[in-house]
Amino acid sequence: MRKLDRKLLRDLYQLRGQAAAIVLVIAAGVATFVMSMCAYHSLTATKDAFYRDYRFADVFTSTHRAPDALLPRLRDIEGVAAIETRLVYDVLLDVVGMSEPATARLISVPDRGQSELNQVYIRRGRMIEPLHTGEVVVSEVFAAAHGFVPGDQVRAIINGKTQSMKIVGIALSPEYVIQVQPGSVLPDDKRFGIFWIGRRDLEAAFDMTGAFNSVTVRLALGHETVRVIDELDRLLKPYGSVGAYDRDEQLSHRYLSDELSQLRGMAVMAPAIFLGVAAFLLNIAVSRIITQQREQIAALKAFGYSDFEVGAHYLNLVFVISVGGSIAGSLIGFWMGANMMGMYEEFYKFPALTFLIHWPAVAAAFLMTSAAAVVGTFLSVRSAVTLPPAEAIRPEAPPSYRASWFERVVPKRFLAPEMRMVVRNLTRRPVRAALSVVGIAMAVAVMVLGNFSLDAMNYMMEFQFRLAQRQDLTVTFVEPATESVMYEVQNLDGVLESETMRSVATRIRFQNRSRRIGIMGLLPDPQLYRLLDADEREVRVPEFGIMLNSKLSEVLGASIGDEVIVEVLEGKRPTLTMEVSAIVEEYAGINAYMNKRLLHEVLLESNVASGAFLKVDPNRIDAVFAELEERPGVGSVTIKDAMMQSFEQTVAENILVMRSFIVMFAAVIAIGVVYNTAKISLSERQRDLATMRVMGFTNREVSTVLLGEIIIFTVLAIPLGCVIGYGLAAVMTAGLDTDNYRIPLVISRNTLLLASSVVVVATILSALLVQRRVKRLDLISVLKTRD
Amino acid sequence: MNASKVQAGKTSVFHAVDIAKIYQMGEVEVHALRGVSLDLYEGEFVVLLGASGSGKSTLLNILGGLDSPTSGTVHYRDHELTASDASQLTQYRRDNVGFVFQFYNLIPSLTARENVELITEIATSPMDAMDALDLVGLKPRADHFPAQLSGGEQQRVAIARAIAKNPNVLLCDEPTGALDVQTGIVVLQAIGQINRQLGTTTAVITHNAEIAKMADRVILLSDGHIAGIETNSTKFAAQDLRW
Repeated sequence: MRKLDRKLLRDLYQLRGQAAAIVLVIAAGVATFVMSMCAYHSLTATKDAFYRDYRFADVFTSTHRAPDALLPRLRDIEGVAAIETRLVYDVLLDVVGMSEPATARLISVPDRGQSELNQVYIRRGRMIEPLHTGEVVVSEVFAAAHGFVPGDQVRAIINGKTQSMKIVGIALSPEYVIQVQPGSVLPDDKRFGIFWIGRRDLEAAFDMTGAFNSVTVRLALGHETVRVIDELDRLLKPYGSVGAYDRDEQLSHRYLSDELSQLRGMAVMAPAIFLGVAAFLLNIAVSRIITQQREQIAALKAFGYSDFEVGAHYLNLVFVISVGGSIAGSLIGFWMGANMMGMYEEFYKFPALTFLIHWPAVAAAFLMTSAAAVVGTFLSVRSAVTLPPAEAIRPEAPPSYRASWFERVVPKRFLAPEMRMVVRNLTRRPVRAALSVVGIAMAVAVMVLGNFSLDAMNYMMEFQFRLAQRQDLTVTFVEPATESVMYEVQNLDGVLESETMRSVATRIRFQNRSRRIGIMGLLPDPQLYRLLDADEREVRVPEFGIMLNSKLSEVLGASIGDEVIVEVLEGKRPTLTMEVSAIVEEYAGINAYMNKRLLHEVLLESNVASGAFLKVDPNRIDAVFAELEERPGVGSVTIKDAMMQSFEQTVAENILVMRSFIVMFAAVIAIGVVYNTAKISLSERQRDLATMRVMGFTNREVSTVLLGEIIIFTVLAIPLGCVIGYGLAAVMTAGLDTDNYRIPLVISRNTLLLASSVVVVATILSALLVQRRVKRLDLISVLKTRD
Repeated sequence: MNASKVQAGKTSVFHAVDIAKIYQMGEVEVHALRGVSLDLYEGEFVVLLGASGSGKSTLLNILGGLDSPTSGTVHYRDHELTASDASQLTQYRRDNVGFVFQFYNLIPSLTARENVELITEIATSPMDAMDALDLVGLKPRADHFPAQLSGGEQQRVAIARAIAKNPNVLLCDEPTGALDVQTGIVVLQAIGQINRQLGTTTAVITHNAEIAKMADRVILLSDGHIAGIETNSTKFAAQDLRW
């Protein structure tokens, strides 16, 4: 080993505390990056393979009832590579041991041969035998939630009749990688399941022989999706089509895409924050070493070591740290990624979800950290390189201090000499002081950012499901229900309050933008399904005009007073021009609302309802369920509390895991910055401190000089960090903004408090570490060495 | 141009003509050297004697290729130092010059032997590091770190480091400045011995007139000028010096 390299290793050992802190900060950034990128690629590769192998469709549409005779014309549409027509119905399921009903989506599979598209992967058991009546294959999450195994029986209420079905297999489908019931924003494994059933069985149950109500299409390469969609809509319009849509609007695919873009976002944000901090820490550490080693540098140069060799020596020191951080970070990233996959397996169902190491990401991490390290230390290393050797031999001139503006403002008697030293030291190197403050603030910010997701989630749940929606149950009807059906449902024993609503499929246009949405017609002053504005104030449903939720308003670019065009996709299919009368706040989905009576008017229909919101006496809820199950018109029943609970169980658990990572990382940054800053102050001023000790100052007084600085940094950093955290959260909400969710920018006081506490604790720990060193300061040897 | 001169049968190693050095210190100009011309000859032991601020360190740094004069020319044998760029100066120092500093400038993270090896690794025809340490009597302490050595021992390691590359010139800047008398004498003995045994041209800076008694020639510097050059008829051995 070259002696210069040996020097490097020994210098590094001397610096081990600081180096370890920097390695950890780098590792945190690299770990998050590697984890996100590997998870991203693993998930993408798994998804793509599943989509390809099981022939996931590109375009989806549904109709009321279209004849099989239409199929050849659909197949002839230019750009259609494969097409499948099928029957899809949502029915209620009577599950033993569960009082409330579950919703089953029955999807027909051909009686002979494989499905053309959206094929199922059989996890256990077998596929339905050709023409075997009463056999079904169940989606895995639903089966798991109920403990179903092949051979079990389930009872569905089909068209008012209870029908027994035998489970023969447990399966997955690319169409339902994540199972979310339409109209719901969260998966509820227990209450929504997919059932694949022989086509003949479904035809018989719903009297659909020779007809279909669902079409899925796979596009030929290089064809425009829009043209195929338009053509499908044109051909299916007479049969009650509600408009075709592509994968972007397909629920399961959209959830997956959101997750993927979230991973990407994380892969950008994390390194930016952590490597920025690491670059700064390296900067102060290396510039300090180079200052300390001026005379060593002079000697090396005097003996003929070239500028390049000297520069390379210090850069190597930096590289050892950055490469160490990259290696540690990659390993932690692999481990976190594998954990993440485990978490995904609960949500996203693939035949196999394996964690793949994405080596280009690892390589990128190494390059990024090296680049950050070089950027952070470039100036210091250059100063070592360009230091004229003759000058380096002479000891550095004493730093020039002067009374700062601060002292001119604050009268002298308020500042003890120790504090004056602190203040002068800070004002002499304002840039470094500022960077230290920013570094500690980043720790606060990372904590805020990490906990913000939970705050936002809590607020979303609170806003949407407690403040706005106050119903216990939402019932939907298979066909718009007449007044008598409504009356029956509303007067079930146990129903305390009820409200009906009318929902209709539409395409809404403003200028050149359009979206397929359901418009919900509500009573003028709904009390169960309330609409609120951003300040949580109730918004009444006006007699005229249409109300958009904030997301829809944003997507369309339409605001109050604008006129939007609404094409109704049901019934007589009128096209209406409506003025936007209000914008309501919602965090999930894109929705529009209008007065129910107005909706009936424009649809030229009587007082009917697509569904009802019910408030139910908790003691009689089972009786209500039983009654609802028996009513043939009831298509689905969703229970708000159950949905929230199941969501909180899974999601909150996972957020908790992520949160503990983040707290750890924030602590790493805080300790890294505070410890480094304190350590450097100590090494820069150990002579001053030792002199003070010799002159009779106590350990405590001497520590004041050192720790005063750190305390000032921390005190300044906490509010700054909260502000930066808020900013980062804003960036994150913008990045995670999708059609599915709009994340509210809400940060709770607890989050700010927790973030501040972690940093305060880190400060105290670092301060104790440094203070121990002050106590051990060998006065004589410190004073003997030449500074 | 062949700048080497022969005088009294000796070859000139350094030939400096009218060198001046002006530093800019903030708003003040400091004239460290004001037109110095001199020659140093092969194998001779020269002491540059002067008070603090007389310009002797600046002169030594210029001869050693650590610094360049503001005006004037300096030749090292056939090589014009004043016309060399930074990398040529680096090469010049690497091949020819051994430095000894007042404060030793050892690398604290390397042992005595490693400090010497640090230099022998980049030299073209170095001696063995242990032999170099042996020359200054420190072979038994080879594996000690600087912090484990006394000041005199550290300075002797620095001398071993300077001579290990078999330099053509040995430049010492106040080598005994930080040492007590006894230790200083030991260090000077080492330098004197190198000069005698290896014939290395040696220049020692000091403000201590007593040390001048060791030299072949003494160059007196004062306020950036050469105030006089004395040739010693009798050279004292280091152990006979007292101050």
